[in-house]
Amino acid sequence: MTPLDSPAIKKNMSVSAIMFTVTLALIPALIAQIGFFGLQILGNLIIGISFALILEAVCLKLRHYPIKPFLKDGSAFLTAWLLVISIPSSTPIWVMLVGLFFSIVISKHAYGGIGSNPFNPAMIGYAVLLISFPKIMTNWPSAEQFDFNNFLNFSQLFSMFASIDIVDGIVSATPLDKIKTALFLGEPINNSFSIFDQFNAYQIMSIFYLIGGLYLMIKKIITWHLPVFLILSIFVFSFILHQINPDVFMPSLFHLMNGATFLAAFFIITDPVSSPTTLRGKIIFGVMVGLITVIIRNFGGYPDGIAFAVIFMNIFVPLIEKFTQPKVFGYE
Amino acid sequence: MIKDQFHDGMWKQNAGLIQLLGLCPTLAVTVNVTNGFALGVATIFVMILSNISISPIRQLVPEAARVPIFILVIAGLVTIVDLSINALSRPLYDALGIFIPLIVTNCIVLARVEAFASKNPILPSFYDGLFMGLGLTLVLIILGAMREMIGNGTLFQNLHFLIGDDYKFLTIQLFNSDHGFLLAALPPGAFIALSSLILFMNWINQKQKK
Repeated sequence: MTPLDSPAIKKNMSVSAIMFTVTLALIPALIAQIGFFGLQILGNLIIGISFALILEAVCLKLRHYPIKPFLKDGSAFLTAWLLVISIPSSTPIWVMLVGLFFSIVISKHAYGGIGSNPFNPAMIGYAVLLISFPKIMTNWPSAEQFDFNNFLNFSQLFSMFASIDIVDGIVSATPLDKIKTALFLGEPINNSFSIFDQFNAYQIMSIFYLIGGLYLMIKKIITWHLPVFLILSIFVFSFILHQINPDVFMPSLFHLMNGATFLAAFFIITDPVSSPTTLRGKIIFGVMVGLITVIIRNFGGYPDGIAFAVIFMNIFVPLIEKFTQPKVFGYE
Repeated sequence: MIKDQFHDGMWKQNAGLIQLLGLCPTLAVTVNVTNGFALGVATIFVMILSNISISPIRQLVPEAARVPIFILVIAGLVTIVDLSINALSRPLYDALGIFIPLIVTNCIVLARVEAFASKNPILPSFYDGLFMGLGLTLVLIILGAMREMIGNGTLFQNLHFLIGDDYKFLTIQLFNSDHGFLLAALPPGAFIALSSLILFMNWINQKQKK
């Protein structure tokens, strides 16, 4: 007689199944990104992920770890994916590879591999690129409308090998960039913002990240605490600022729909390694990341500070976890 | 004896990579070779002078009040260096900024005075200051070269501040600095570069042990 599992115990998903589901949740936003910015992002993804897997394999080999089981856990795959979609698709290939090197080798394997990395690897790679190559990293191609021809334009797939310099005419600032520049120049900002009359690429992508994130929640791969408290926190703090001075601070909806808010809320801060595991810890983490993001966006030098906010709060995770341990039953 | 001291200073007890003393200027000024070299030379100068001025008075210094006395001597010597650099090369003085006066608080100077010069006669103390300083200078130059090459794409930038405007041609442009890896020139780059040097050194030491 074979022992049966207790009916009350939920079967755990295998790691590869989780990986597959997360990838599936990222696909809609990727399709939107291709539609707006061209097929180049897909080529970047293929190259970036292959490079990340090679790097991971080399590091595992050097550290005398078994290669296959660690490659299959998909962490390098997901890190590469998140980094590649966060940077403009016109980024020169070597810049992307530098970012991946920092993500995989410095921020993960130098700290002891998966499970021991204190920082979110994808965000370290992104932050390194953002402070090292600010000019390249803010050159998003301009995206006016969704174009189905982009899916068929295969010449774009590997166009990163063709040229390094991008023509100034085809790049444009992201909405957060525009606001930052306008404020810097002392120009009045367009305050009557509504997501419906400026339904641009970034906002549509945000909505797809939201949908993908909700799917992950339904599949119980992520819990609702971190995303909800991050989004709430950004909403509340930017609402307060907007009430104080609507001429300078954009409304809450603008901050939710632009930048990496939803991407970070559902796919980045939910990283099981570098985020707190306790319930109260998750609440503190989400709220603080939101607060720091709002501060950087409204008062800082960078248009979107969510990567810095995540890295900054990663430092405090051990401290947060120490003080939010739930009481063990029976102890004082 | 002198050979041992040389080996200690340059490798076995290297101030920058093994003792990890004087990290503040090591990390802060090494954005290029020139700064690293200039601060290294200033530190060598201070270390030699402080060692040979403490060594003869080592019996006179009361045990309880030794640190303030050492610091006072070092501070006087650093003031001399500070004013000399200001007089000799104003641009270099501006580039090094606060880190010349800060040699006073540089642990390595006090550490060598405390650990070596206050217990040894004048000649070994002189060599100790020289070799420890040389070891640190070597680290500063290597760090400066690494960060300058990666971050700015140049080598020996601003060297003409030290040796005169005729030598401007020494600056080597390795690649277009528009795409320099800015991180290397920023403080995090200093930490990463220093830790890779320490990594490299420990690796060699481990290999030699085997």
